Amino acid sequence: MEVILQNFDLVIFLFLLCLGYVAGSIAEKRHYKSILQREDELLKLPVVTAEARFSDGRVQKAELVTGSAVISIDYFKRLLAILRNIFGGRVGAYETLVDRARREAILRMKQAARDQGAGMIVNMRLETAAIGNNANGKRQIASVEAIAYGTAIVFNPK
Amino acid sequence: MILTNVSNVPGKKIVEHFGIVQGSTVRAKHIGRDFMAGLKNLVGGELKGYTELLQDSREEAMNRMSEQARQMGANAVVNIRFATSSVAQGAAELFVYGTAVQVE
Repeated sequence: MEVILQNFDLVIFLFLLCLGYVAGSIAEKRHYKSILQREDELLKLPVVTAEARFSDGRVQKAELVTGSAVISIDYFKRLLAILRNIFGGRVGAYETLVDRARREAILRMKQAARDQGAGMIVNMRLETAAIGNNANGKRQIASVEAIAYGTAIVFNPK
Repeated sequence: MILTNVSNVPGKKIVEHFGIVQGSTVRAKHIGRDFMAGLKNLVGGELKGYTELLQDSREEAMNRMSEQARQMGANAVVNIRFATSSVAQGAAELFVYGTAVQVE
């Protein structure tokens, strides 16, 4: 008992590490599952980054649609990333983080476009915001903020 | 107000250009939200409070831009771009700009 009390800092640290690992991996798995499922659902709605030209009379309405998501990393992965910094190389922990944020943002944009009955999204752009950052560029909260935007095209019924 | 981020309004013809319009906003959530985000940061996952913050500031910036375009007498804004910066921690700084045009 005394040993635990003496090393209370370490106990808290290990607890947070375990919590981060368990909760973080469960959350990530669940998120990826939902992303894949929704991507399947929205597969029929094409998104292109090119500026498309349409023949006269085909387009009924064009409107800007946006989607955004802020995803944060867990305690365990942050430690992994710090360790990775020492040796260099791929930081897998952050790769999945940005991947999730961007895909989630794109999905939300597609959802918004589908709600309007759009048949296509053209000129899609991705932007990263910085909420968790302070002015010095120091990260207080390790998170990725992604914004996806594009022009949703509603076609005329043939 | 028609907003698009392509260089024209698909299906419509541009009859007049008015030049650049812009809107920007810096918004923050209350400290409770920041605290919650800090806690959520332990387990990872989506920070809903910050997602909301981002959405609110985007809408606000776009509203300001549309208002400016309306004052110019435009009825559409084309070639819209978003940009972000960091001024303060826990605040979303969003900048949106585009070209105000008149479509028929």
